[in-house]
Amino acid sequence: MKHFGVTAALLPFAALLVIAGTFTVGWERPPIEVQQIGFRGTGMEQPINPRADAKLRALNQMPAEVYPLDSAADLAAAPKARDVYENVTVLGDLPEPQFTRLMAAITEWVAPEQGCGYCHNLENLADDSVYTKVVARRMIEMTWNVNANWQDHVKDTGVTCYTCHRGNPVPQNIWFDAEPQRFASKGMLGRKDGQNLPSDLSVASSLPTTWLSDYLVGDAGVRVQSTAALPTDAPGATIQSTEKTYGMMMHMADGLGVSCNYCHNTQSFQSWDKSPRPACPPGMASGWSANSTSTT
Amino acid sequence: MSNYQNMFTRVQVQGHLHSGIPLPRGDEPRLGPPMFSKLLGRFGNAQIGPVYLGSLGLASLIFGLVGFVTIGLNMWASVDWNPIQFVRQLPWLALEPPSPAYGLTIPPMNEGGWWLFAGFTITTSVMLWWLRMYTRARALGMGTHVAWAFAAAIWLYLVLGFIRPLLMGSWSEAVPFGIFPHLDWTAAFSIRYGNLFYNPFHALSIVFLYGSALLFAMHGATILAVGRYGGEREIEQIVDRGTASERAALFWRWTMGFNASMESIHRWAWWFAVLCPLTGGIGILLTGTVVDNWYLWAVKHSFAPAYPEMWAPIPDPNR
Repeated sequence: MKHFGVTAALLPFAALLVIAGTFTVGWERPPIEVQQIGFRGTGMEQPINPRADAKLRALNQMPAEVYPLDSAADLAAAPKARDVYENVTVLGDLPEPQFTRLMAAITEWVAPEQGCGYCHNLENLADDSVYTKVVARRMIEMTWNVNANWQDHVKDTGVTCYTCHRGNPVPQNIWFDAEPQRFASKGMLGRKDGQNLPSDLSVASSLPTTWLSDYLVGDAGVRVQSTAALPTDAPGATIQSTEKTYGMMMHMADGLGVSCNYCHNTQSFQSWDKSPRPACPPGMASGWSANSTSTT
Repeated sequence: MSNYQNMFTRVQVQGHLHSGIPLPRGDEPRLGPPMFSKLLGRFGNAQIGPVYLGSLGLASLIFGLVGFVTIGLNMWASVDWNPIQFVRQLPWLALEPPSPAYGLTIPPMNEGGWWLFAGFTITTSVMLWWLRMYTRARALGMGTHVAWAFAAAIWLYLVLGFIRPLLMGSWSEAVPFGIFPHLDWTAAFSIRYGNLFYNPFHALSIVFLYGSALLFAMHGATILAVGRYGGEREIEQIVDRGTASERAALFWRWTMGFNASMESIHRWAWWFAVLCPLTGGIGILLTGTVVDNWYLWAVKHSFAPAYPEMWAPIPDPNR
């Protein structure tokens, strides 16, 4: 009976823990490793879950090569793809063996189940009538563009079709314009103002979910904090635009599996000079897009 | 065996039901015959009622209910009147203030007009309730300390929802009515104005908030600890200090060198509680109106510590 007293005293706490664990999300069991990324005692620490980390690493392994690449000499001696096949408009400069190898790889990366027929008319491979083939050309050009002009972000590693597709004809993590609120026009009440909807886009917060089109299609400014201590005559950012920036940042942090201070010094979010690990990508500088220049 | 019975014993005191002192002329009668509740008697006084509603209380309840229902109907409409989604999404739903384009004008009802309406009715309700607290305290011949403590909370509420939006020239600066939405608003507010932790009035408010909890714990623990000497009869102990007071005072002088008196501890508690929203309201009022970035303000005035640089700073790519 004596011991029962201790158990009884602990029961409410255990019950609370179970309730909290059952009805809220985001709980991870210890041990969690902590990496110090700023001056001691300032909370500039990055929590790392080694188990989640290992899963992520496994997911990010490159798939096995379908065919080995021919030697440079063989490739130099081979004819160009455009001379061998008809209607090769984008990849025509590739040596024929490399072209064939890329076609096989794209099949593995993008349409492993559907095969060549996903993009090609199998009766006539040169035929442009299949929509997905035209899309594939643009996608290859996009990949070139990313690898050539976005080295700040992708470094020498670069990207391939597999970076996004991962064996899916349509990548899993795509987005659409936020669906306009269906009922707003029905009556004279119930406006959501593009927010207050549990959504992955805002990591289940009530923050706005329209920021993808605002920032990635439009050029709404992402900066909301002023760089002066006192108000100036220029109109500052509104709370509403701040919530959009906040929603996007939450999504980015969630997507990277990190907290805000992976890129920001949370003392002052807008300060570049206090950003942690500036030399080590990805930091605040490598995450910065030149499209985000305008300020609200 | 005789046993000193105070409110901490399991003996429940149920005397004669009483309706309280006679009411002043012009007051309405109290409502409902009083009754005893054994269960509630375990937590407080076993006598329930009578309640004095009065015209102020009734008006306050009506205005409050209209505001509450306005918010609820807007939330429900936002999920197309689906009762299941209303319950599921309730923590996310809100009645949002007008968008910045409307400034301080009156927008269409579905563009923030309902927010203004709900804000007005709830503010009216709160004000009427304050008057009720004041007049009821007066009717009992009490001081009006409770009303003024309530007024401190109303101050913070008015700064957030009315005074600061007026000064900023836009209703859009105000807080939405909603569970998660008002929390996200709070975080966004801090982000927009350069980290509210560097707002000294925010710091003061936190001191008084945590200080209130600490004082409440210290006082409650002290009185419970001297309950066996009649310490819970605090008013008698103020007038005629007995051994409970002596022991409690001696305990704190032994442990921290200073003790509040039986009377002054309640002033400590009242001021800590009242200063929490008072200082907090000042902090909100200054934000965006006279200070735009609290971190930079704090650096400028040596309020924020400077930490050693860990890396060579990177320049802003767009400046």
